[in-house]
Amino acid sequence: MPRTRGQQTNWEKFMKLTTLLTSAAMALGLATGAIAGSDKLKVGFVYVGPVGDGGWTHEHDQGRKAIEAEFGDKVETQFVENVAEGPDAERVMTQMARSGAKLIFTTSFGYMDATINVAKKFPDVKFEHATGYKTADNVSTYSARFYEGRAIQGTIAGRMTKSNVIGYIGSFPIPEVIRGINSAYINAKKVNPDVTFKVVWVYTWFDPAKEADAAKVLIEQGADVILQHTDSTAPLAAAADAGNVIGFGQASDMSEYADGPRVSSIIDNWAPYYIERTRAVMDGTWESVSTWDGIGKGMVGIGEITDRVPADVKAEALALKDAIASGAYHPFTGPLNKQDGSVWLKDGETADDGTLAGMNFYVEGIEGSIPN
Amino acid sequence: MIVLEKRPQPSRVWAYATPLVAVLATMIAGGLLFAALGKNPVEAIRIIFYDPLFGEFAYLDRPQLLVKGAPLVLIAIGLSLGFKAGIWNIGAEGQYIIGALTGAGIGLAFYPVDAWYVFPLMVIGGAFGGWVWAMIPGLLKVRFGTNEILVSLMLVYVAEQLLASMSLGLLKNPEGRGFPGSRNFSDFPGASSWISQDAGMHWGVVAAFIAVIFAYILLNRHMLGFHIRLTGEAPRAARFAGVNPSRLILFCLGASGALAGLAGLFEVSGPAGQVSIDFGAGYGFTAIIVAFLGRLHPVGILLAGGLMALTYIGGEAAQMGMGLPAAAIQVFQGMLLFFLLAFDILTNYRVRFSARKAA
Repeated sequence: MPRTRGQQTNWEKFMKLTTLLTSAAMALGLATGAIAGSDKLKVGFVYVGPVGDGGWTHEHDQGRKAIEAEFGDKVETQFVENVAEGPDAERVMTQMARSGAKLIFTTSFGYMDATINVAKKFPDVKFEHATGYKTADNVSTYSARFYEGRAIQGTIAGRMTKSNVIGYIGSFPIPEVIRGINSAYINAKKVNPDVTFKVVWVYTWFDPAKEADAAKVLIEQGADVILQHTDSTAPLAAAADAGNVIGFGQASDMSEYADGPRVSSIIDNWAPYYIERTRAVMDGTWESVSTWDGIGKGMVGIGEITDRVPADVKAEALALKDAIASGAYHPFTGPLNKQDGSVWLKDGETADDGTLAGMNFYVEGIEGSIPN
Repeated sequence: MIVLEKRPQPSRVWAYATPLVAVLATMIAGGLLFAALGKNPVEAIRIIFYDPLFGEFAYLDRPQLLVKGAPLVLIAIGLSLGFKAGIWNIGAEGQYIIGALTGAGIGLAFYPVDAWYVFPLMVIGGAFGGWVWAMIPGLLKVRFGTNEILVSLMLVYVAEQLLASMSLGLLKNPEGRGFPGSRNFSDFPGASSWISQDAGMHWGVVAAFIAVIFAYILLNRHMLGFHIRLTGEAPRAARFAGVNPSRLILFCLGASGALAGLAGLFEVSGPAGQVSIDFGAGYGFTAIIVAFLGRLHPVGILLAGGLMALTYIGGEAAQMGMGLPAAAIQVFQGMLLFFLLAFDILTNYRVRFSARKAA
């Protein structure tokens, strides 16, 4: 088909534009040539949520900042937030490793297989995977015994509830979360035999809208204490709206609700561990370990208990905290039965870490079943 | 005073030039945004657009472009067929998830049989799963006149619940210590979609290229393709030309569902590696954007998929290297789409600067 003159000039214009764009792109490339390398230790962080979530990711980012404060210009930290679990995580970790990071913290359970895969490709890079169970020569795992904090929450919840209905917002039915529900229930039941738990599963770690809906549903069903295993402050906001409902800060102190529904909190304190591991890489003493620390080592903190809690309940909660910290009390102490009535722990027996790590059953007394 | 004057014919030059102009405008506006955040805009743009293609580590990034772009292209090609005919499948995310579940389910049922026929069966299963899921809104529309937009979208949430249930129950890894998620396909070579992991090549990438070629032939050389275009552009004329609308609806929804299902299967048995609660990462929704960005043209979709992948991969590098917040990158991606659609007006309209006063 013969082209008309007009079209030809248009075509030329188009070609000119392309040339212009290409040269612009090249100029951009040349303008900022190579960035000089440095002797600083690069430490990378992969986050599952935004650093502003006010909960889980926020606390990991506090740990990152603590590394910077501790080592100053000897370290350089980098992070990527909102990284979906799966192929995206693997790509981000690969990018981090090859851009010179020598220590990478991957801060969500769902990063487990990705961490192991990338670690295989970069044997010189040390990886630290939070809350997982797969290790390698250059992959450590670390987690906190949050269930110790749940025991204290359960005690306060059991004492404070008037309706005897405690609402629990579960994220995913994985051992970590089930353990928390069991621990809170066992210790609430100890101080209040009439207590019942209602659990709602939201299948997300961070989704303010879903979390708020779950809290509202629980409150409508009579719950006047809301425990949450999700990371946003939305459930506390819902509790504040409802009036006579209390809740707890999760992962972070959430002290902005201290004048309202928040009576205490479980605080993840990763900073000491992160500093220790960074120092180990600097000293060349880093080894693959599986760390599971609790209140005693300071990895789990209990936020200020507010005046809304009566003094005797507060004293009871703090005494429990001290007993757990010293090892005098284990939140999972027999006699305990599984939900189906079979014996789990005999009188005085405490749960072993293996069972706790893979916990996939409710203890006797909790209603409903774990979804599958 | 600026006047927009309708062109008698859409401008061919602008149809091709707008994507480039939009990219340039995004670079400028995005650069301003990054500068406002106190970051070097030139470096940011270079990290996002240039480094993944030609930078020091491009040999590692280019394969990742294939991995990230392939599912987008594969799904978008299917969607574009329906979109051209005015049949709106918004639920590709659901079909993607169901395809992954059925395909992975077949593979896991054979575990650990390492035979040649396992993967082909999974491929068939994946396509079938996506097809069935898309047939639900299709049949409901044909039979009862329901709205396929709503039905297909709602089925996404059903698919997500099924995914959660499968990850926690039927497909859960029996050796996974009670944690959710299936066995990992990286431990099951006979059922893996990878061809070469280092090159970013898996069967989904191959399928995406094949889909582009087939869609091109279908739309330009085949009667069915002509009917699709005709139905979209002139529905009345299409009816006079003897197009059977029910058949067309079922074909378009079925094809897009099958392709989305395939994308899910290739993803789950390759890059994702396992069925997990968070498997659906939004490819099905992003593909809608890719389809329109590529102007519902097969080659355009291929390029648009590549561009989207580039902004994802470059965006992550910019977060890492420069500490740009993830939200800034999302704004940047949004700008790209915004400018593309905005400049699109130049394809159909001519801008005139006239002295005429407003009435």
